[in-house]
Amino acid sequence: MSFVWLWTDILVWTLVLVLIGAVRSIRRSEQIRKQWFYILKSPIAMSAAIVLSFYLLFALLDSVHFQYTPSKQGEATEQTVSSANNQGVLSLLDVILQHLRDKTERTYSAPFATHEYSTSLSYDESGAVTQVYRPLKFGGQHWTGSHTILDDVMVKTAIPFLFSCIFIAFIFTIHLGWGFVKTRGNYIDYYANQPDPKDELPWGAAYFTLFLLVFLFSWFYYLSHFYHVLGTDKVGQDVLYQAVKSIRTGVLIGLLTTLVMLPLALILGISAGYFKGWVDDVIQYVYTTLNSIPGVLLIAAAVLMMQVIITNNSDWFGSTEERADLRLLFLIFILGLTSWTGLCRLLRAETLKISQVEYVTAAKSFGLSPFRIIQKHITPNLMHLVLIALVLDFSGLVLAEAVLSYVGVGVDPTTASWGNMINQARLEMAREPMVWWSLFSAFAFMFTLVLAANLFSDRVQTVLDPRRNN
Amino acid sequence: MMNQEASTVLSVQNLTVLVDNTPLIKNISFSIGGGEIFALVGESGSGKSLTSLAIMRLLPEALRVTSGSILLEQQDLFQLPEFKMQKIRGKKIAMIFQEPMTSLNPVMKVGEQVAEVLRVHLKLNRSQARNKVISLFEEVGIPEAKERYEWYPHQLSGGQKQRVMIAMALACEPDVLIADEPTTALDVTIQAQVLQLLKDIRDKRGLSILFITHDMGVVNEMADQVAVMKEGEIVEQAEKQAFFSKPRHPYTQKLLQDAIPSNHFKPAVESKTLLQLTDLKVHFPIKKGLFQRTVGYVKAVDGVTLEIKKGQTLALVGESGSGKSTIGQAILKLVDSTSGSVNFSNLSEQTQNTIDLTQLSEKQMKPFRKKVQVIFQDPFSALNPRMTIDEIIREGMVSLQVGSGKKEDQDQRIEELLDQVGLLPEHKKRYPHEFSGGQRQRIGIARALAVEPELIICDEPTSALDVTVRAQVLNLLEDLQQKYQLSFLFITHDLSIIPAIAHQVAVMKEGKIVEQGTVEQIMHFPKHDYTKALLNSAPKLFKERLEVAG
Repeated sequence: MSFVWLWTDILVWTLVLVLIGAVRSIRRSEQIRKQWFYILKSPIAMSAAIVLSFYLLFALLDSVHFQYTPSKQGEATEQTVSSANNQGVLSLLDVILQHLRDKTERTYSAPFATHEYSTSLSYDESGAVTQVYRPLKFGGQHWTGSHTILDDVMVKTAIPFLFSCIFIAFIFTIHLGWGFVKTRGNYIDYYANQPDPKDELPWGAAYFTLFLLVFLFSWFYYLSHFYHVLGTDKVGQDVLYQAVKSIRTGVLIGLLTTLVMLPLALILGISAGYFKGWVDDVIQYVYTTLNSIPGVLLIAAAVLMMQVIITNNSDWFGSTEERADLRLLFLIFILGLTSWTGLCRLLRAETLKISQVEYVTAAKSFGLSPFRIIQKHITPNLMHLVLIALVLDFSGLVLAEAVLSYVGVGVDPTTASWGNMINQARLEMAREPMVWWSLFSAFAFMFTLVLAANLFSDRVQTVLDPRRNN
Repeated sequence: MMNQEASTVLSVQNLTVLVDNTPLIKNISFSIGGGEIFALVGESGSGKSLTSLAIMRLLPEALRVTSGSILLEQQDLFQLPEFKMQKIRGKKIAMIFQEPMTSLNPVMKVGEQVAEVLRVHLKLNRSQARNKVISLFEEVGIPEAKERYEWYPHQLSGGQKQRVMIAMALACEPDVLIADEPTTALDVTIQAQVLQLLKDIRDKRGLSILFITHDMGVVNEMADQVAVMKEGEIVEQAEKQAFFSKPRHPYTQKLLQDAIPSNHFKPAVESKTLLQLTDLKVHFPIKKGLFQRTVGYVKAVDGVTLEIKKGQTLALVGESGSGKSTIGQAILKLVDSTSGSVNFSNLSEQTQNTIDLTQLSEKQMKPFRKKVQVIFQDPFSALNPRMTIDEIIREGMVSLQVGSGKKEDQDQRIEELLDQVGLLPEHKKRYPHEFSGGQRQRIGIARALAVEPELIICDEPTSALDVTVRAQVLNLLEDLQQKYQLSFLFITHDLSIIPAIAHQVAVMKEGKIVEQGTVEQIMHFPKHDYTKALLNSAPKLFKERLEVAG
């Protein structure tokens, strides 16, 4: 087994390092710490942040890839089914959800079904042909029929519920213990003397959300050993597995696109606003031109061009995963290159304003170089704009991926993504009886992420927007 | 209680306003008679504007009126339902604000804005309203009223905008006019005109005016009755004459003492020239069209010759737009000068060479940056909100390599500087927003002092400050001048502070110096018409004081 670092993996882990760095610098500066405290003081923002970090966790688990070297001859005897699936590049998440990868059915099956969704021909021993709902190979096969499926599910709910309770209790103990260490043992005194109980973060909401999420996911995980909780798709793949795998695509597009866009917007916006003159003219012409080309057209053209390159040079890529990953990366770049203009315009205007403010004049009269002035005086005073724009853009980009994949110019068809799921569901919705669970799962997973991101960005905007005091 | 003088139009009784149980206005009472101008004086945050908002019932939601009543012609305003109150606003009580720029809707013709008020309140039709507006415009002294009706706010000057606001307030013939610092944003000459206009209107219409201001000179000019507010309380209330001749409360005494300019001028002592401006011109090109061709020039500074002496203060007086701040920036080479020279004499060295700063490159300029420093007008925008005080002060020391490069030595120096400007060493780890306006201005001074300059350009450093704080900052500057033989170029529009600070005065108009000389010459024997006009528009309080000195 050896680690495989795909390009997007490298980028996303770099981003995580940057985020850790950012958190450290937040801890250092009291002013920014206070702002984040205010952001998280809203129970909604706190819950949204926990939901977002849950998604991020899945995206990260799915971003550690390794190559499974074919198992040794002697051991491969009993793994007849799974060995075929163990070829190629796997992620940590794949290993955790191994049972879902193994248990593929023949075709469609509804959530919690024990039989296939549609009938198929069956020849019995006497040679008669009948239309039957074939039983599934794996889903619900433990079920003996002594009680209803609902009862069975209810009974099986107990274990995830117990697990979540223990897990939350465990986290709570750690939390308490940390508080104990922090207050050096004067725990009760410390909280009794807390001047204002309103100065506490909304831990109630936090624990509630955490419990809900842990319970939901452990329930899904536990039950997925017995059933196809969200059904299976046309080729019998588990829909839950697809939806969970899509988290990485959605989150990565939301996060990494900003990583591409940010340097462009920052450097160009600040230069245009600070140096003015011809620099400003050139940058303004560039983004005005770019803005006047319809975004989808530009993206479609670029993606089609890249497809041609990929098909002509298939020997560049070692595996399909690498090819799909490069396509994802390319999509991220294209999205980044087309979406920097809004933030750039905003930063240019703000820089124009700030560079007239007197503290910048004072810095000039101290003979500071333009670079130092931008670094010390202008950029820190723009950060709130950047942050607001980033969190606002995140949900837009997740949705954009879905739209682009639906149109067919998004990620590679082999990459799991909500857009691809929805694209497939287009035909499924037209079937009679309707196959609704693919669309529903993609919708539910995407909706939760986008809603959480929007609620969080709303709060960030309220707290950081300097105009809110007026 | 109801049986007061028949002439009382508006009376405020025992008014208390709270926010989160903290009183902002504490049990104040006063009453305004018919045709009377009642001045409510106080520093920022004393609750005077809140009082006016309470009268109009326009207080922000977070504030609560807990006791008291406001009677308008025996009618308690707090008892009225909101729809009746709406009729009172505008029709019975009208209001004008400090900032005419933001009080007018920028996308509506000014005439229409006034006509709208008439149509809503007096139900006039379109042409009646138009005629009424034009006659109102004539009354408030807007020239060519018919044409101006069609203009948009940005086409009018500040004084004219304020006149439009007054016309709008008068439109429905109110009984009471609340004027909230109506002249603070205006130049002296315009201020005098607007004040005269308000007085004329009072005489003609028998209007009662509640005049809110922080400026004792304006109070002296306008008021019949004066009330002084401090921290939400009225500390003293008296007739104008009695108020100015025998102030009783110590706070009032202090306020008057700080507001009235000193009447002894600084002696003109011979000293060496530190900075000499010769025929300095700063022209900004006006660019138009597709290829940004230069079609003309704004002559911000047009041939200025000035001399600043070692250890002395040159006051540069002028109205807004006269180019006085541009001179400061040209000396600092923050704008490029078109022609002329800025000669800086290196007095500290034995050789005493003179260098023309306009010829230097940015790199050559660096050693001179520590000799010339600057203090700004607005204490809120002069300090970077994301830097701590010690970072702000240290910046210049590091950039210009003043003093030792070691961090401990710099820390010590920062503490010294903070002590010198009257702040505490423990303030250095705080952020600017934790300080008041006056304290921020002190930090700005400490920042300039950190590089041990010889000349400090003070660009209206006190115009955003309250009177008492202004006096403290001026004293601080004075002490520093004595101690370090600093020279100041003091840019100001406020004549009343000149005697206290300046050795020399230069009067500037439209980019040119119209007159310069010692303080005594300019104040007592002005030669140029503009200087005379400027002095004439100064508040009476100031003129009387000058005459005493003369």
